[in-house]
Amino acid sequence: MSYVPDNLKYTASHEWLEDLGNGIYRIGITEFAQAQLGDIVFVELPEVDESYAQEDECGVVESVKTASDIYCPLVGTVTAANDALEDTPELLNDSPYDDGWIFELELGEDADLGSLLSAEDYRNSIAEDD
Amino acid sequence: MKQTVLNKAHRKAGAKMVDFGGWDMPINYGSQIEEHHAVRQRVGMFDVSHMTVIDIEGTEATAFLYQLLANDITKLNLNQALYSTMLNHEGGVIDDLITYKISDTTYRVVVNAATREKDLAWITAQIAEFDATMKEQADTAMIAVQGPKAIETLQPLIELDLSQTKRFYAVYNDDMFVGRTGYTGEDGVEIIVPSEAAEALWEKLIDAGVQPCGLGARDTLRLEAGMHLYGQDMDEQITPLQCGLGWTLRKDNDQFNGADALNALRKTGINKKLIGLVLEGRGVLRHDQSLIDDDGNQGIITSGGYSPSTEKAIAMAVVDKGMNSESVQVQIRNKSLPCRVVKLPFVRNGKSLIEV
Repeated sequence: MSYVPDNLKYTASHEWLEDLGNGIYRIGITEFAQAQLGDIVFVELPEVDESYAQEDECGVVESVKTASDIYCPLVGTVTAANDALEDTPELLNDSPYDDGWIFELELGEDADLGSLLSAEDYRNSIAEDD
Repeated sequence: MKQTVLNKAHRKAGAKMVDFGGWDMPINYGSQIEEHHAVRQRVGMFDVSHMTVIDIEGTEATAFLYQLLANDITKLNLNQALYSTMLNHEGGVIDDLITYKISDTTYRVVVNAATREKDLAWITAQIAEFDATMKEQADTAMIAVQGPKAIETLQPLIELDLSQTKRFYAVYNDDMFVGRTGYTGEDGVEIIVPSEAAEALWEKLIDAGVQPCGLGARDTLRLEAGMHLYGQDMDEQITPLQCGLGWTLRKDNDQFNGADALNALRKTGINKKLIGLVLEGRGVLRHDQSLIDDDGNQGIITSGGYSPSTEKAIAMAVVDKGMNSESVQVQIRNKSLPCRVVKLPFVRNGKSLIEV
């Protein structure tokens, strides 16, 4: 079973969100997602100050197996990106919820927080393949 | 889904299994990159039992293979192996395969799993005119043991003496057939045993410290070694002359299937070639990405990926013959990125051959 921390929110496309306060969320991909991808060898980060709509493609994670888009989970503006991933993309495998965070987003005014999944809902959504 | 006799052993070793052309096969046992390095630096093994073993026997076995294969079977010494393509009458590649000469009238041929049915159908049709028979050895398993430590690790575990077996030669007894061949660019062997003996051999190899490796590592290893993958780097729509396999065609006496079509193509001009590519910047080259140069020459990546041994994105590509190697650009998503054209292979015997 993949680890799904209770204190985070999730999307069906396997991103996690951590509430940092002041309308800023830190975003990454789940342990389940990195396991499905296999060894990750390249990350294309979202650009800081760029604004995205919910579900916009905002970056790419490439593993030995395949390329997978990162979707912006909510409308907002990127405030930070984890530059460490450019040289050490394997952080996404080794530490998906911590050192392997991908970017931080300042939510737009009409951000639909209700569209996110709870840890329990996300666990159920991956249960069949986990 | 079809299973090899080692299916349980894979699960026991922690394999992540995938559907590979109808076969339930291991893609990795945890980390594809670690498995790749194990083969480059020490020794790893692959279950390749899904591949098809065919024995050809008869007074005209040699004559038959001389027509069937585009390489020269008559050059083989006893127990020597040959890499060849098998062409249709249009010069397209039906499959690539390895043939071992067992005696003047007996050969062992190993063909790809995905092409099994059409290969058997083609061989059956072609062999009819000859005094020779074809027999599939279905009740066998095949384990490839590859890496600089492959021979010294395997030797104490088997009765056959490998010390006199040179690269691209085979040695065998009633229980085991060992060919010093492979698909990784490293020293090593491919072992054919009766199905019932496979699991015991696999377990012995595990106990001797051999890293089980999945199809993922097999693909990155063969790509670094510049070895073709059937269905990607060539198929029935392309001839060996257009995809970097001209070196496998025999020069004298071109009475083999597809030879006329190849000669016609030589006359009209060979319009495509295979090149090796390294991505200059960040990203990953992938199968099916398109290429273009400043003069408008085009191409397509046939095999691409991240190369663990060079830590670069590498690829093989079939491109227009006139492709200018100074200005090749790859389209990745909506960007054009410069690529460097390099000689194949990218890696051989553990060392990167890409010039810095």
